[in-house]
Amino acid sequence: MPASAIERLTVRYGTHVAVDDVSLAIPERSIVGLVGESGSGKSTLAKALVGLVPHTGTVTGADRVQMVFQDPYASLDPRMTVGASVAEGLKLPRAARAAEVARLLTLVNLDPALAGSYPRQLSGGQRQRVALARALGARPSLLVADEITSALDVSVQGAVLNLIRSLRRELGLSVLFISHNLAVVRYVADVIAVMREGRLVEVGPAEQITSRPHAPYTRALLDAVPQVGRTATARR
Amino acid sequence: MRALRSPAPLTGLLLVAAVLTLALLGPALWGESAARIDDGAILQGHSPAHPLGTDDLGRDLLARILVATRLSLLLACLATVVGVAIGLPLGVLPAVLPPRGARAAAGTINALVAFPGLLLAMFTAVVSGLGARGAVLGMGIATAPVLARLTQTLAASVANADYVSAARVLGVSRLRIAVRHVLPNIAEPLLLNITLLFGGSLLGLAGLSFLGLGVQPPDYDWGRLLFDGLSRVYVDPEAALGPAVAIGLAAVGFNLLGEGLAKAASRRAVVPRGAATGEALREARSEGVLSVRGLSVAFPGGAVPVRDVHLDVAPGEIVGVVGESGSGKSLTALAIGGLVPYPGEVTGGINLCGQDLSALSPGELRRLRGTSLAMVFQDPMTTLNPALRVGGQLAEVSTTHQKMPRKEALARAVDRLRRVRIARPEERARQHPHTFSGGMRQRAIIAMGLMGTPKLIIADEPTTALDVTVQRDILLLLREAAKEAAVILISHDIAVVSQLCDRVVVMYAGRVVEELTVAELRRARHPYTRALIAATPDLTTDRDKPLATIPGQPPSPFDDPDGCAFAPRCAAATSACRTTRPLLEDGIACLHPQSSD
Ligand SMILES: Nc1ncnc2c1ncn2[C@@H]1O[C@H](COP(=O)(O)OP(=O)(O)OP(=O)(O)O)[C@@H](O)[C@H]1O
Ligand code: SF4
Ligand SMILES: [Mg+2]
Repeated sequence: MPASAIERLTVRYGTHVAVDDVSLAIPERSIVGLVGESGSGKSTLAKALVGLVPHTGTVTGADRVQMVFQDPYASLDPRMTVGASVAEGLKLPRAARAAEVARLLTLVNLDPALAGSYPRQLSGGQRQRVALARALGARPSLLVADEITSALDVSVQGAVLNLIRSLRRELGLSVLFISHNLAVVRYVADVIAVMREGRLVEVGPAEQITSRPHAPYTRALLDAVPQVGRTATARR
Repeated sequence: MRALRSPAPLTGLLLVAAVLTLALLGPALWGESAARIDDGAILQGHSPAHPLGTDDLGRDLLARILVATRLSLLLACLATVVGVAIGLPLGVLPAVLPPRGARAAAGTINALVAFPGLLLAMFTAVVSGLGARGAVLGMGIATAPVLARLTQTLAASVANADYVSAARVLGVSRLRIAVRHVLPNIAEPLLLNITLLFGGSLLGLAGLSFLGLGVQPPDYDWGRLLFDGLSRVYVDPEAALGPAVAIGLAAVGFNLLGEGLAKAASRRAVVPRGAATGEALREARSEGVLSVRGLSVAFPGGAVPVRDVHLDVAPGEIVGVVGESGSGKSLTALAIGGLVPYPGEVTGGINLCGQDLSALSPGELRRLRGTSLAMVFQDPMTTLNPALRVGGQLAEVSTTHQKMPRKEALARAVDRLRRVRIARPEERARQHPHTFSGGMRQRAIIAMGLMGTPKLIIADEPTTALDVTVQRDILLLLREAAKEAAVILISHDIAVVSQLCDRVVVMYAGRVVEELTVAELRRARHPYTRALIAATPDLTTDRDKPLATIPGQPPSPFDDPDGCAFAPRCAAATSACRTTRPLLEDGIACLHPQSSD
């Protein structure tokens, strides 16, 4: 049984249809990857899921959705301590908060002592983990991760991707993992959905999508993936 | 507060300080002579005893102007307080209320802003009774809409920040969001603008008093004195001139100060290079497009984020610079472009297009960099001015640096937009940046770089915010440009760099640790380069194993360990690595180069 199901979701900005009749199931304890070019509607879909933009269509089974954003430098209030940011979403009596903040920080492999520091004192990877801890504090049944590693160094990206996979294992979390980097999505996701101009063009198991894609557009995306030591397009 | 050292804000500061001192001391020092009635000296012009003459009771006008400083400032202060008390909450409303209420609040602000301020002030002043109270209320109500609009705009920019969205997703209430997230983050620009408003209130109040709507006798402020003086302006102009000058100076002072502070808050300083060391200079070669020797960037307090960097770029070559965040990539680029932010200090030799930069005058430097160097930055929104049309901004490059007539420059701008494959370039040139998508903005900036005939394009993370397809477009564009100009491509993604470049320079903790061709990447010898490559997932990465990571963190720019900076994170480190610093020799700085089998 799917944990969450998106059915016929549509988002309009004025006359422009940003997300067009999208249906997608996110099974329990699984990571669904969402890829597509810029402006294809990935982030709009994510925002609709967490109620940041109005939409038509239904989303079932996702009563507690949380989101982590792309830019770790913009997603934490610069004037609030890490602890205060993480505590913001906790529906707990004041006395129990500190302990819960410490637990959450430990969960994302951060030193609980960091609770007193400000975002500017942390690296990008640390900030992104704080944002994850903040989202996890609301005990989500579905986590929407919108380009959460795009602004990170590869050395840190690996740690965040490993963390996402272990959280899925340990907490039974379902994740909608949005990224333009197909190599990254292939690594974390069980299922990949490919989006173009507001519509889903292909959905399937990660291995299949990245090795035997059906849609020509998916093939084009795969060809554009940069790889070390491979010069993708015709060189001089 | 470096901005205060430039003349305009400094003048403002001095004027404001003088006016404040007067307000404090004026009544005590001259109160008596300002009130002394002298039947023998009624309505006199200037004389040694009364430099600005006397009024209809023979009181000294200069003394009265000096004494009136306190009341004038006090009233302006009160009016500003009223304006803030009304305008601030009104301006925050659109960010706080649910959508329908927000629209209503925004509509109210729009309507109020459209209403002429002075009329509003006069109306309020008349309705609430002649005198200081009416004038203050009137002036406050007249400034409120301006402040509300300002708050609204500032709040809107913060309200779209990710951290506000995150709080909303967490279910934090709107009011709490306004108080905890929005207001603290707009406080700084608001305060600066309130300084400006204060100057405005001062003028406005004088205006009201001057119309007879303000302070009534026996009280007097500058406006009142001006009102009294004007009736005899043809006889004794100094009687009206005195208060006018006082009002003008004070208002100008607050404006200059406010503007100076606002500029200081937004400024990205351009600093002349520090003296280059002689030896490094001689080594810098003059044949390539760029030759950098022993380049270091230091900040006061001991941070040295760039240490002894050497870099050569041949004509038409594409060189990639990779490294973790904080490794000094951007600062290296900024140093070459002469854009290291104050108070950074740059040392070392830089030779650009055969010219030794240290030998050029500031003017020659600007010209050389303006015409032969193009820089494309990470964040396209900060490079393009949101208030100006794209075409005009591009054209400006040619009108300032190449002295091209504006019409010709505009035509060239359209041509360059076309060259970076922006559809309907004529139409696009007339639009503002926010109507462009991220990828288009990025291309517009490359087009801006192509307005001159650059010999070198430095692109700092031009693709991080973009998806693979747009990313590839941009990279192909850069490569096309490289047929004429050399390119330095800065990125933290070694895969992106290897897709485009001929040669890759790997930086760690401010130093170059390895230099190799793209073909050699798979056989990289430096442990750091190898770790970077291993940590980059590709389409063949084993999904059943955890991803390789590089444990630990890079050292801070304050630390300069004796040995290899990578040693604490390096799997191949030996005790020698901790004591002996490896030098860059034969393209690698490592005591134990790895081999690939
Ligand atoms: N204005 C400044 N004052 C003090 N330190 C600075 C300043 N600008 C940069 N630094 C420091 O210099 C170091 C190198 O910064 P730089 O911006 O060159 O890194 P980078 O390699 O471009 O990183 P990224 O990949 O994150 O863009 C960092 O530790 C940074 O904190
Ligand atoms: S010098 Fe030593 S510590 Fe540094 S990279 Fe080489 S092996 Fe590692
Ligand atoms: Mg940088």
